[in-house]
Amino acid sequence: MDDQDSIVSFREVQKSYDGVSLVVKNLNLDIKRGEFLTMLGPSGSGKTTCLMMLAGFEAATHGEIFLNGKPINNVPPHKRGIGMVFQNYALFPHMTVAENLAFPLQVRKIGRAEQEAKVKRALEMVELAGFGARRPAQLSGGQQQRVAVARALVFEPDLVLMDEPLGALDKQLREQMQYEIKHIHESLGVSVVYVTHDQSEALTMSDRIAVFNDGVIQQLSGPDDLYENPQNSFVAQFIGENNKLTGTVKELNGATCQVALADGTELRAEKVNVDGVGKGTTLSLRPERVELEPNGGMDNKVTGRIEELIYLGDHIRIRMSVAGNNDFIVKVRNRGERRRLAEGQDIEIGWAAADCKALDLVQ
Amino acid sequence: MSGLPPYASAGQRTWYYGFRILCALIFFFLIFPIMVIIPLSFNAQDFFTFTREMLAFEPAGYSLKHYEDFFTNPDWQQALTNSFLIAPVATLLATGIGTLAAIGLSQSHVPFRPAIMAILISPMIVPLIISAAGMYFFYSRIGLQGTYWGVVLAHAALGTPFVIITVTATLVGFDRSLVRAAASMGADPVKTFFRVQMPLIIPGVVSGALFAFITSFDEVVVVLFLGSASQKTLPWQMFTGLREQISPTILAVASVMVALSIALLTTLEMLRRRSERLRGLSPA
Repeated sequence: MDDQDSIVSFREVQKSYDGVSLVVKNLNLDIKRGEFLTMLGPSGSGKTTCLMMLAGFEAATHGEIFLNGKPINNVPPHKRGIGMVFQNYALFPHMTVAENLAFPLQVRKIGRAEQEAKVKRALEMVELAGFGARRPAQLSGGQQQRVAVARALVFEPDLVLMDEPLGALDKQLREQMQYEIKHIHESLGVSVVYVTHDQSEALTMSDRIAVFNDGVIQQLSGPDDLYENPQNSFVAQFIGENNKLTGTVKELNGATCQVALADGTELRAEKVNVDGVGKGTTLSLRPERVELEPNGGMDNKVTGRIEELIYLGDHIRIRMSVAGNNDFIVKVRNRGERRRLAEGQDIEIGWAAADCKALDLVQ
Repeated sequence: MSGLPPYASAGQRTWYYGFRILCALIFFFLIFPIMVIIPLSFNAQDFFTFTREMLAFEPAGYSLKHYEDFFTNPDWQQALTNSFLIAPVATLLATGIGTLAAIGLSQSHVPFRPAIMAILISPMIVPLIISAAGMYFFYSRIGLQGTYWGVVLAHAALGTPFVIITVTATLVGFDRSLVRAAASMGADPVKTFFRVQMPLIIPGVVSGALFAFITSFDEVVVVLFLGSASQKTLPWQMFTGLREQISPTILAVASVMVALSIALLTTLEMLRRRSERLRGLSPA
């Protein structure tokens, strides 16, 4: 392979279940050694199919997948040496926790003493020492989850796949497990490919995130970049909260452009994904980047009407009517100063051109 | 102790008690003909009726002589031996074929699944006399008629549907991701089958095997068509006994077979409970 650092490479991979429509369209992706890469997307976006092709449970219709530089299209799943954590944990109910963990070691014909040592170490890693003799049914969901993680790691694979492993846990446990999995990843240096539809999970854990939609990777970048610099409207909408304003490009000047909205308002925005003057564009603006009653040199200033105020403790959420969009959200940090905000009030708001991205047009 | 809620109407009360009476009648209808055989088999006389001594519970009215006859008479002993030579082998074949067929038919990529299933189940649905006649003509052509293996194969064919049905039912609850999990840990399909799938579907396999065993052990029609004198099984001997020498030994044999069936069903229930415990459906 061209890149020695890649543990996995997808090359022009396509997948179709019915021979007509493509679930995965021409996927090219390099996963770096030691990386935590998340495939994020709505259901039906092709992310799980990609994971299953990598694990060997689905065959690619076209293209080639490389593992450690070797093509693996013709390697059966059990010879790929990839650890996997399943959505429903897939623990063997007829075996104890220790037997579950020992299974991949027995298959590899590792000596009994070494097996026991490795099982013990793996259980300690997930803080379940002393649970070896229990059966999976006797454990809570979170504990089963940890056993599943330990079992995927106990045979020391280079690569571990995780298919929405935290989906069945409650919110608090899910957040705790996110950190634990992240720490295990950091301490072992194993490469992880993680599939989820939960964007906060993806942002918390990942080195890089591949946002999938409609069988195509929409954007591949680090969590901060994904949030700060979305490359298209889908990503802007899918990651975090987003205000959409639709308009027409009036003028291009270097890195920015002038956009006219339907009601005549003109705004300056960062030019990210626009076709040229006269073409439609969707402006994307994060709610927390909007300032109320801005001082002097702000790039964009408009007047909007406050429709609804929602008090959320650390911040106040304001729903406004701005330039014909009556679902324009502004988040204001609660600094303790009692602002005189009232529903129905007109107020001037503003934001920097760099915080407002001109992206592809969506209706 | 009544399970009736205080607001039950007169109709509901009537149904509540009526339902219990109905159930009792159904149980009576099902079980009485079997139960009546057991005391009769201890009859001291060579009759099929309760004697006056028996009804008075006098020890002289009872004896074990019919059991003695069963366990000493060479005709009965030969029949018993034949049954135990045929049934286990037929069970083994039926269980192997039925389990594999059920697993194969549970895979979504297999074409014509309903049709294959229907063919495999047909021995259970087609009237036995028709299967028996068909097998007679078919086995005669290929030289299996009147042989030990002919009877074994025919009984295996009759037992297979039971195994397919019970194993298929168990496979419905089987989590396919366990197979994937085993593969991801490096287990090849054969190892996955024996270490993961088999232990979890074993209750279905065992109950199917028990039904197959009972099918072969109780079967009289097919063996009459296909067997020769040297394959005379217990049911065949009972059938002959009824026609030719009306002896209460038949009742003793029937009682032994009832006891055997109860023992097998108890095993079945214990296995089912064990499997539930393993799957965490009930506390350990």
